[in-house]
Amino acid sequence: MSEHVSTYEPKTGFTRWLDTRLPIVRFGADLMSFPTPRNLNYWYTFGGILAFCLGVQIVTGIILAMHYDASGTGAFLSVERGIMRDVNYGWLIRGLHANGASMFFLAVYLHILRGMYYGSYKAPREVLWLLGCVIYVLMMATAFMGYVLPWGQMSFWGAKVITSLFGAFPIIGGPLTQLLWGGFSVDSPTLNRFFSLHYLLPFVIAAVVALHVWALHVPGNNNPTGVNVKSKTDTLPFHPYYTIKDLFAILVFVILFAVIVFYIPDAFEKVDNNIEANPLVTPAHIVPEWYLLPFYAILRAIPDKLTGVLGLAGALGVLFALPWLDTNKVRSMRYRPAARIFFFVWIFFSLVLGWCGSQEPQGTVIPGLPVGPTIIDYGPNSVTWLSRIATLYYFAYFLVITPILSRTEKTLPVPDSLYTPVLSHGVAMPVGAAAAPETKG
Amino acid sequence: MADSLAHAGPGADESIEPGRRDFLFLATGAVGVAGVAAVAWPLIDQLNPAADTLALASIEYDLSKVALGSEVTIAWRKQPVFIRHRTPDEIARARADDHAPMKDPATDASRVKAGHEEWLIVLASCTHLGCVPTFKGGEYGGWACPCHGSVYDTSARIRKGPAPKNLYLFPYTFLDNTKVKLG
Repeated sequence: MSEHVSTYEPKTGFTRWLDTRLPIVRFGADLMSFPTPRNLNYWYTFGGILAFCLGVQIVTGIILAMHYDASGTGAFLSVERGIMRDVNYGWLIRGLHANGASMFFLAVYLHILRGMYYGSYKAPREVLWLLGCVIYVLMMATAFMGYVLPWGQMSFWGAKVITSLFGAFPIIGGPLTQLLWGGFSVDSPTLNRFFSLHYLLPFVIAAVVALHVWALHVPGNNNPTGVNVKSKTDTLPFHPYYTIKDLFAILVFVILFAVIVFYIPDAFEKVDNNIEANPLVTPAHIVPEWYLLPFYAILRAIPDKLTGVLGLAGALGVLFALPWLDTNKVRSMRYRPAARIFFFVWIFFSLVLGWCGSQEPQGTVIPGLPVGPTIIDYGPNSVTWLSRIATLYYFAYFLVITPILSRTEKTLPVPDSLYTPVLSHGVAMPVGAAAAPETKG
Repeated sequence: MADSLAHAGPGADESIEPGRRDFLFLATGAVGVAGVAAVAWPLIDQLNPAADTLALASIEYDLSKVALGSEVTIAWRKQPVFIRHRTPDEIARARADDHAPMKDPATDASRVKAGHEEWLIVLASCTHLGCVPTFKGGEYGGWACPCHGSVYDTSARIRKGPAPKNLYLFPYTFLDNTKVKLG
C-alpha cells in the first residue's frame, strides 16, 4: 500500500491554510481512507481491541496513581483500604485496571496467534512483526511491575523470584540483582522504582504501537489468504468498513470484560495477595499471573538455574526469529495443511505449559497413577516431566519443525487473488459489507 | 568523512583543511562520548543500595528464645535468616551425608562454628530464586522451597531441584553461649 495516494481535499480556508503548515487533518484522513483487504475476518479486529485495552489501562492507571502510595509501609493500605474501600468508585477503577491486564493479554495472544496462522510475519512485514514482539515484551515487563504495586504476598514474592532470575548470570549476577533491588532484597526502594517504571512503560508501548502501525501502513495488511493485494477492487477504505467492524468486536470484548469486572472481579487474583508483603514468609504455593504461566513452566522444567533462565528468555527469542525460521513463500496456513497441524499442536503444548505452570512441580499429572522412578529429580508422571516434554515441543516447533517444514512441505494451490475464495464461498463468508461497496461510493 | 566536512565549509582550502577539520571532528566526538559516559554513570549508580540501606550492618540475637528442634526466621539487612537449633539426630544425619554426592559439596563442620554445632545459621533465601524454604518439606530432613521444589538437608545443603548452591553462610560470631551477633 506504499503507493496509497492521499485523497484528502481541504475544503475550507482554514483547513487549506493548516494543510500547508501542519497537515494533521490530512494525516487522519489518510489513515481513515487506507485501502484495506476486503476479506479480513474477525481475527483481524484484535489490533483495534488492543488499542482500546492500552487506552483503558492508561486512563485507569493514571487515576489509580492519584490515590496510590508507593512506599513499603503505605502501599498495601493505600490499595486495600484507600482504593478498594474509601475512594469513590476506587473498586471499579482498580477492577478495570487489574482485570484489564488480563483482557489485554488475552487479546494480544489471539493477535499473535492470528499473525502466526496467516503468516503475517513474512516478507515484507518482518519489522512489523519484530515491533509487535517488542510491544509484547514491554507489556510483560509493565504487567509484572504493576503486579508488584499492591504489595501483597504474591506481589512481593513474585518480584523476588523474577528479579532473582538476573542472579543466574555468573559474576555480574549478584551486583546486578542489588542494582535492581536498591538493597539486599526486594524492599521499599524496589517498589518505588517499579512504580516509576510502571508509569513510564505504557507510554513507551504507545510509542512502539505508533511505529507498529506505521510499519503496517507501508506494506498494508496481510489477509486470511496471504495473497498480496493486486488491484483496487481487492480493498476497501478502512473507514467505515473496518472502523465499524472493529467497533463491533470491541463491544463484544467489552461485554466479556464487564462480566469479569462486575461479577467475578477476583477471578484472576490470588488470595495471598490480600496479605501484606512479608519478607520472612513465602506463601506455600506461588504462581505468576496466568499470562506468564507457560514461561514459568519452562523455567521450572529445566533443572539448572542459568539454563532455566536462558530457556525462559529463549522462549521469547524464538518469536523474534520466526520470520527467518519460516522461509516458505506461502503465508497463510490455509494452504499449508501440515504446518497447520504442527501449529495447533504447538498451541496445545503452550496451553499444557500454562497448566503445568499453575501446578506444583512434584504434582502428578494422571491422578491415581504413581509418579514413578525418579529421573532427573522427578518421576515421569510429574508436572515437571510434562513441562519438560511440552518445553521440548515448544522449542522444536520453532527451531526444527518450522525450518524443515518450510522447505519440504507440499502446499495447496494458492488462489490467484484474495477475492477468489470470497466469491466461491458465497454466503458462508461474513462479507455483507463487501458486497459491492465500490458501486455505491 | 573529513573530506565531505571540508567541502561543506564555504571557501575551505582542501589541501590544508581536512587535517584540522578531522582533528576537531574527532576531538568533539570524543568529548561528547566521554561526557555521555560521565553523565550515564550517576544515572545508573543511583539504583544501587543507598547509604541508609547499607548502614543496617549488624544485629544481636538472643538464642535462648530458640528451643531445641525449632528455628526462627529473622531479618538481617532486610534479608531473611534461619537460626535453627538442631537436634543431635539432625547433626548426625548431616554428618553422615558429608560425602554423599552433592551439587555443592560441603561438610557439615564447614557450615557451623566449632563448639556450636547445634546452631545452623544461614541466609533463608533459596539460592534458586530467593523464596524462603519451609522446614520438614523434603526427604532429606531439612527444607524444601515452595516455589520451584529445591530440597535442602539438615545442614541446608542443596540436595535436589534447581537451586545451584547451598543456603548461603554469612559472617556471624557467638558473643557467649546464648548470644549471637549477625553481620
